[in-house]
Amino acid sequence: MNEILQSFIGQVSNPWLKLGIDIVIILIKIAIVIAIALLHVAYATYWERKVIGHMQVRLGPIEVGPHGLLQPIADGVKLFFKEDIIPADADKPLFYIAPVIFFISTLTSLSVIPFFNHFVIADINIGLLFLFAMSSLGAYGIVISGWSSNSKYAFLGGLRSASQVISYEIAMGLSLVGVMIMSGSLNLVDIVKAQQQYPTGMYFIPQILGFFVFVVAAFAETNRLPFDLPEAESELVAGYFTEYSGFRFALFFLGEYTGMLIMSSICAVCFLGGWTVPQFIMNALPFLSKLPNIVWVLVFLVKVYAFMFFYYWVRATLPRYRYDQLMAIGWKLLIPLALLNIVITGLAKILIKG
Amino acid sequence: MPSDYLPILIFLMVATAFGIGALLIGEIFRLKRPYPEKLMPYESGNPPVGEPRQRFSIKFYIIAMLFVVFDVEAVFLYPWAVVFDKLGLYAFIEMVIFIVILLVGYIYAWKKEAFVWD
Repeated sequence: MNEILQSFIGQVSNPWLKLGIDIVIILIKIAIVIAIALLHVAYATYWERKVIGHMQVRLGPIEVGPHGLLQPIADGVKLFFKEDIIPADADKPLFYIAPVIFFISTLTSLSVIPFFNHFVIADINIGLLFLFAMSSLGAYGIVISGWSSNSKYAFLGGLRSASQVISYEIAMGLSLVGVMIMSGSLNLVDIVKAQQQYPTGMYFIPQILGFFVFVVAAFAETNRLPFDLPEAESELVAGYFTEYSGFRFALFFLGEYTGMLIMSSICAVCFLGGWTVPQFIMNALPFLSKLPNIVWVLVFLVKVYAFMFFYYWVRATLPRYRYDQLMAIGWKLLIPLALLNIVITGLAKILIKG
Repeated sequence: MPSDYLPILIFLMVATAFGIGALLIGEIFRLKRPYPEKLMPYESGNPPVGEPRQRFSIKFYIIAMLFVVFDVEAVFLYPWAVVFDKLGLYAFIEMVIFIVILLVGYIYAWKKEAFVWD
């Protein structure tokens, strides 16, 4: 399919027409990715409610459709038609734009995630750096919404969230340096390929320390339990989006769940081997290499879902941390561990080579 | 190649169009029945007391400053990590010295109780 398309593009001589065809192909890819991601996000909420329901010996959503399967669609339609309340004292332009910034920055991260070998929208050589940049931009949406709402809960939630996100961003950034040393690249496709050639097939075994730091930081970065202090219901009502309603609230919600999807994808790509299975399994079972590409997308999705399930499991299990504990974990435990991991990885690499 | 980044630009535009478009289209269908009580900031049902944008703890500033230091450190580590294979032992020792220098500042911040939240 790809070769036919390439040979067709090769015959076109007009450079503008070529660019036009390229853009149309990119747009189709983007449409597929956004549609799948948003559908995924919608059903991630359903899945979360079901999982947590069953963990607490309840049934979860069950009324709308068979087994409550239409619940996310009903929620979406409801939020779309809800009144959009803008507080009288809010800073209106900022209030309008904050959820859009948050939503765009998380959604755009999807453009560098490799779903499998030939399906990544932008195969750039600084993929990981781009992901960090986008997750930092999301903090702007949070801070602006907290400030512009002119409400105490939102203000405190925005402050907490900003300092939490930037604190754990350092730990997360440092935890992935070990992966970069091992693979020698920031390109996510290259990281996956280097990983498959590695004896264990997945980096989370040699990088167990980095993996641990990354997982904890990922929970904090997406404001999930046990680190959901910015939106702690029992203290701050809903944190930075307390004053938001209707579809603006939905944008925050979508952004947050897309953020979880992104974090799970980064974890799958950098530590769990992306769309590949370890090389020694491939060698033991030769028929695997003849399987169609769609199977490898499913392998990737299984890894992502496993991490998402872990998110829900932790949420159902652990209570919330206090704010001073949160900061102590981030600064006093995770950062030294991540630095230690870098030194160990570098030393191991030199010893193995020489 | 700059053309590698074209898809990201297009993705950014599509995402913006999606976010703003959904809000604008919803504007046609949405209810709009505001009244003063509804437009008050939410404070658990009570009338709001005082200014919402209060003074807040100095700790947040310190965290922000420390963030700058350590995030720049992380950015310095990235290119080093990517070409680590080619540079070898010399670069490793150099980077350990760099990390140790930062650790001195880190320990100083720790002893000054910058990470203690009270």
